Amino acid sequence: MKSTRINPIKKKTLLVFMAVLGVGCERSISDDVEFATLSTTGEIFTDDFIGLGEDFFRPFVGDGAKPDVFSVDDTEGYESEASIRIDVPNADDPGGNFAGASFIIDGAARNLTEFDALTFWARASQAATIGSLGFGSAFKVAAIDLDFTTQWQQFIIPIPDPSKLTEVQTVFEFSAGGIGPEGQELGYTFWIDELKFEKLGTIAQPRPSILAGQNIAIDAFVGQEFSLIPLNQTFNLGNGQNQTTSVAASYFTFSSSSPNVAAVNENGMVSVFRQGTTEVTAILNGVRAQGSLSLNVLGAFVSAPTPPAREPADVISVFSDTYESLPELNIAVFNGPGFPTGESIFISTTEFDGNSIIEYGNLDFVGIGWEGNVDVSGFQFLHIDVQVAQGLSTSDILNVQIIDFGANGIDDGQNRVDDTGGGFNIPADDLEEDVWVPIDIPLDQFTLPTGGGFAGSPNLTNVARVVFVGNLGVANILVDNIYFYRN
Amino acid sequence: MKMIRVKNSIKIKVSTISVLFVVIILTLYSCTTDDTQEVVTFHNLVRSDEFDKDGIPDPEFWDFDIGNGPNGDGWGNQELQYYTARPKNVVVENGFLIITALQESFEGSAYTSARLLTKGLVEQQYGRFEARMRLPYGQGIWPAFWMLGADIETNPWPGAGEIDIMEYRGQEPTRVLGSVHGPGYCGSEELCEESAVTTTFELKNDRFDTGFHVFGIEWGPDFVNYYVDDVLYNQITPADVPGEWVFDKPFYLLLNLAVGGTFVGGGPNNETIFPQRLLVDYVRIYN
Repeated sequence: MKSTRINPIKKKTLLVFMAVLGVGCERSISDDVEFATLSTTGEIFTDDFIGLGEDFFRPFVGDGAKPDVFSVDDTEGYESEASIRIDVPNADDPGGNFAGASFIIDGAARNLTEFDALTFWARASQAATIGSLGFGSAFKVAAIDLDFTTQWQQFIIPIPDPSKLTEVQTVFEFSAGGIGPEGQELGYTFWIDELKFEKLGTIAQPRPSILAGQNIAIDAFVGQEFSLIPLNQTFNLGNGQNQTTSVAASYFTFSSSSPNVAAVNENGMVSVFRQGTTEVTAILNGVRAQGSLSLNVLGAFVSAPTPPAREPADVISVFSDTYESLPELNIAVFNGPGFPTGESIFISTTEFDGNSIIEYGNLDFVGIGWEGNVDVSGFQFLHIDVQVAQGLSTSDILNVQIIDFGANGIDDGQNRVDDTGGGFNIPADDLEEDVWVPIDIPLDQFTLPTGGGFAGSPNLTNVARVVFVGNLGVANILVDNIYFYRN
Repeated sequence: MKMIRVKNSIKIKVSTISVLFVVIILTLYSCTTDDTQEVVTFHNLVRSDEFDKDGIPDPEFWDFDIGNGPNGDGWGNQELQYYTARPKNVVVENGFLIITALQESFEGSAYTSARLLTKGLVEQQYGRFEARMRLPYGQGIWPAFWMLGADIETNPWPGAGEIDIMEYRGQEPTRVLGSVHGPGYCGSEELCEESAVTTTFELKNDRFDTGFHVFGIEWGPDFVNYYVDDVLYNQITPADVPGEWVFDKPFYLLLNLAVGGTFVGGGPNNETIFPQRLLVDYVRIYN
């Protein structure tokens, strides 16, 4: 319930304010007043730049972008002989390892409320995926991973809600890296022409989403904060194709069904205040966003029992605040870009008084990785503390796996080569809802074959992953203190 | 309906005012005295369904085709839906006939929808037939407003003739098609040597799934004129069809929302959203 109490001081302020307004109503605005009107020009670059001023090219130098990647090419264009040329650098370019910049009008902003899309024609010197193309600052929009070919093609970036674009200074933005293995990317060139905001009339069927459209239900604790990203808007274009863009939180109106349990601010950040339940949802331009965050706030956070003191030689810690842990922790392996099955997983870390925990919601499968591989062949157990954040039925299982990368030390993927892995089932009887349970799995008990195709009973000299699998019933968990040890 | 009676829609790129002036004169001239133009009007409303009564569609106007076709082959088109008359697939509500395509397992099909027809109830030779509709969208979605020759029981397709007033592919939300099929010219390579006679109409700066549009024909002894809203976009005459002109007898109407089929290049894909709805504001028949 929303609090509606007004303290006496505020009441007084309100009265004064009303009185001022009342007086103000009797006077109309003088005819001499001129409202500033902003340009409603849509064109940014046709055969030349249109009204962008002198100093509009602003490379992302602070992020490592190469500054001198931009020129106007007088020999190349879409049905013309001029275009914007961007030379994406090689990864080892001393000037910067990617091309990225904003076109910020050097002068008055524009009013773009009458348009429904940013459109442009583009081609590249070789087929290339451009990481991000868009516009806007406070109302930022970016199309992610657009595929350019060597032929001129038109691209359409729909505006999520044109009424928000009353004052736009950043009329274009791009970010692109080279092509090839990480660290060895090679550069290329792309050209953009006929860059302009347009009223197409064919941008339709909006389907905004938060949390990638997933309905996430998780346990939460007072003081926790959650993000609702990714925030997206999808339109169907006139050519029948869907175009999804990553859009700023400022396009959305967020709401919490019980704002005194947890509130959500205009940036889409959820703050948990007290015990209870609430559902966080969002609306974009009158359309309810797919996806929601249902919180079951248990109250104050109760941490897992602090692990006992151990000799450093007797413990290899993956994730804990008690022992020194392995470097380069990654709690979302198999869930990054390119792993669409993982998009539904909700992953969050929270620190309570110096103690971090990991929270997984809608768990499908997720890996925990670290830099390098570890030899745990001389160790006895994998320890994890697990708190189940859902109702449990007797047949529910949490499956835990370990994967060993073998002598070659690398993830061989589907080829296997020398990779081995195996799983262990934790039955519901050994777990408990809303209570931390310490689990110690003997390392010779990871005998089950895995859904990924491993036979079970992995080698233990090059262990690289701990994996949680949620599709056997336990899909919402809090995890802490993941470590290998021996007594 | 405001009808613009021009023999064919002409795309004009106006470069000078003088050209525009000439075009205007030519247009006026063609409207008044062009003797190649079939100038007919059908203003006498003889039958209509305004869908004003909630519930099942008027049984004196509409019947239903149920199932996946008499040969189980998706009505000869490899359509993927099973047609039902359940309210969840077809209902009159708030002044509209609503045909809903659902993704659900039903009688061995992966989708359900509905197909209405006026066979034996409302049949007419010649006249103006139009419907005001908002179309659905998405890969594999195929709504149609069309007609079949009423003698189809004794004169099997394509012999009886088919007039497609409006067909639309959900993956092309700005385009509709108007066609005729007859003996020797039809959408089946097995049955016909020649293709159906088809014209595409494309909306500029608009699309068919975001608002209502009127789709209609004016049909006389020697022509079928196709229009969308106030744009006459095609005329088909006996000279245009590579076979016998069979559009000289009573036809009945059909309204359906198919899912998948050869016309739409297969089935829906993972970006097709369900449910999809075809909204019909009215169906009107004039003579």
